[in-house]
Amino acid sequence: MQREFLMGNEAIGKAAVAAGVNVVAGYPGTPSTEVLETIAKENDGSIYVEWSVNEKCALEVAAGASYSGARTLVTMKQVGLNVASDPLMSLEYVGIKGGMIVLVADDPGPISSQTEQDTRTFAQYSKVPCFDPSDAKEAYEMVFEAFELSEKYNTPVFLRPTTRVCHSYQSIDVREYREYEDHRPEGFVKDSKRWVIFPKLSFANHAKIEERNAALSDEFSSAPRNVLTEGSCRKGIVSQGISYANVIDIIDEAKMEGKQIPSLLKISTPFPFPDKLASVFLREVDEVLVIEELDPYIEKQLLEVCGKYGINVRIDGKLTGDVARSGENLPDLVYQYVYDFMEWETKTHVSLETPELPVRPPVLCAGCPHRASFYAVKLAMKGRETIFAGDIGCYTLGNAMPLDMVDTCLCMGAGLGISQGVGRVKPDTKCFAFVGDSTFFASAIPGVVNAVYNQADMTLIVLDNSTTAMTGHQPHPGTGKTMMGEFTDKIDIENILRGIGVETVIRQDPFKLDEAVANVKKVADEPGVKAVIFEAPCAVLFKPETPYDVDNNKCVDCRKCIREIGCPGVIIKDGRVAIDETLCNGCGLCSQICPVDAIGKAGRE
Amino acid sequence: MSTTNIILCGVGGQGTVLASKLTAAASMAKGLEVRSAETIGMAQRGGSVMSYLRIGQTPTPLIRKGCVDLIIGFEPAETVRMLPYLKKGGTVITADRALMPVTAALVGSDYQGEQMTSFLGSLEGDAIGKLVIVDTDAALKDLGSPKVMNMVLLGAAARGGFLGEVTIDDIRQALVKKVKPQFHELNFKALEYARV
Repeated sequence: MQREFLMGNEAIGKAAVAAGVNVVAGYPGTPSTEVLETIAKENDGSIYVEWSVNEKCALEVAAGASYSGARTLVTMKQVGLNVASDPLMSLEYVGIKGGMIVLVADDPGPISSQTEQDTRTFAQYSKVPCFDPSDAKEAYEMVFEAFELSEKYNTPVFLRPTTRVCHSYQSIDVREYREYEDHRPEGFVKDSKRWVIFPKLSFANHAKIEERNAALSDEFSSAPRNVLTEGSCRKGIVSQGISYANVIDIIDEAKMEGKQIPSLLKISTPFPFPDKLASVFLREVDEVLVIEELDPYIEKQLLEVCGKYGINVRIDGKLTGDVARSGENLPDLVYQYVYDFMEWETKTHVSLETPELPVRPPVLCAGCPHRASFYAVKLAMKGRETIFAGDIGCYTLGNAMPLDMVDTCLCMGAGLGISQGVGRVKPDTKCFAFVGDSTFFASAIPGVVNAVYNQADMTLIVLDNSTTAMTGHQPHPGTGKTMMGEFTDKIDIENILRGIGVETVIRQDPFKLDEAVANVKKVADEPGVKAVIFEAPCAVLFKPETPYDVDNNKCVDCRKCIREIGCPGVIIKDGRVAIDETLCNGCGLCSQICPVDAIGKAGRE
Repeated sequence: MSTTNIILCGVGGQGTVLASKLTAAASMAKGLEVRSAETIGMAQRGGSVMSYLRIGQTPTPLIRKGCVDLIIGFEPAETVRMLPYLKKGGTVITADRALMPVTAALVGSDYQGEQMTSFLGSLEGDAIGKLVIVDTDAALKDLGSPKVMNMVLLGAAARGGFLGEVTIDDIRQALVKKVKPQFHELNFKALEYARV
């Protein structure tokens, strides 16, 4: 073993490699992305690693590999599980051969997601066993346990860390290379009675799964991961994940102050729920507080256990209004919950009166090509009735003032359908859907087929920056690179669109503003489905060009540059418009909209 | 048993993460436990970012308000934003150059760094035990690179003895391991730059 300072996601990735994982597939999504990236980095060539085109494909690739006896890992964020849910629901009924971990990162807050859905609830719904780590060290160890459990019971297993586990670092002991397991899959063995799902098979396997999960509930009741700590009073706290870590921090402090300590129960295997262990805990206490994030999942399980075992205990939590129904359990909140429940006197912390602080929402980077694209469409459609359906990615930030160019955002690829639907209600609306290149491949193609087939009238704007920018620049089918380090033929978006039957497809440099505006106008007025592909690389990936500056003798202080495009590089310094040379990347968009030609490349004549 | 609780804060892209990782590496080299947590994702695009860093035995990387020993701020308003976390009498080390958010420019707000630094100054000796304000523009001019501001701030913290058991030598040794040799001299200079 050796000690390393690892992010939760790195720990999970390293553990999978050490456990002899053979095939890894996933789709990027915060907070899950670094797991697969770590494995690609650690790969000695013996592991097959891919960014799949979406989570459904990833899960299916892993299923095939697992049928062949390979140890597999699939990675995604919680909303990605919605995309992968179709194959997963059935896979649980069919079962697997090589151990399979489905890593789903949940995002309480939510910090960077559309929903606060809870994979523990999904585990119960899909009947797939679930591990819930409370820090990087536990996540590392759980990977080995999850593979073993998966192989023992021929079932996929969820590992569901939350953002604070995924993205927190910890010094932990990890295996050295010579301690790595070597797992050699035998290959696919034909057996249609096993691998082809039919109602008869589903009926038989459903019964087996329920039987197995009942047995697993017992097994988890004696698993050392679920920790029961006896207290010195008749109160108890049940918790999980990072919330548990925050509870322990507070209880340790209270212990040192000589307070009466509640009994504690940590649930690390939420499904199947360890009923017996919970019943032992519940019999020792008169009142219980459940501190968990997302759904009142444990709380409901405890209520069930009380009914099943005839235990008369009061259970406080989200359902009773004692714990917030949404958001994270940050330490200050947990402190309040614990102190209120224990009826301890809280130490008041005097908060300072601070001067008014600037609001700092995330924005498109200086030089981001999406800004230029949005602005061109905005100018082209000025005065027209429009819908600008957005999508998931950096370009969702196009909704911010002053661009204000995203009217809707729902889920990956949804913009296409939404703009078609809006057009069905009011046909004279100019309907636009904006989609990034990675999202285009992941889930927008069926939306284009739908539009062409059903003869919609809409304009598709593809914002092609040749990368998956929001999640940290992962390759995708349009980039010509794979996670195995190979170069492949790029899949061309224009060819796809033409193949589907979109006749008008224009490739446009968004930084040629006048030309871009003219082309968008022209294209939007054609009937049927048509597309503009705005092509310019992500500003983060390239060295900035010569920055621009403002000629104070020419500038009339109209501030059009600030009012119209909202670039973080254009600032007000000492009461005048200026360009922050450390941020400017030389895209020149501001110089194209200045009415008095006051902005130009630094050092110009 | 006692832990050293630190918050590093700034605006996405300012280098808070490297400073936090370097401190962690220096701590581990001394056999100390470390935990940290940081902002990743959408907020990185010009939003407020912060890292928690805890040196010593603790079950969680997250810290309650009023429990932080040291705030290292890369931007004055972000430093002020984190003040509720500071323990009474704790230490604040901050850069003084304000980064104006797009929203402030839009509404014509005149947010200036001085307003923040003078507010911090008014708390010194009471809520803030020790305050170090680094002149960002002077540092950039003297050192010639905007990339080492994180080392200027971290150096001030280490030399002032605010990183618990971690010393400036520990930071220097960690830096040698993490940073390419051609940048060592510049970074060493940056570590020594601020007056503490």
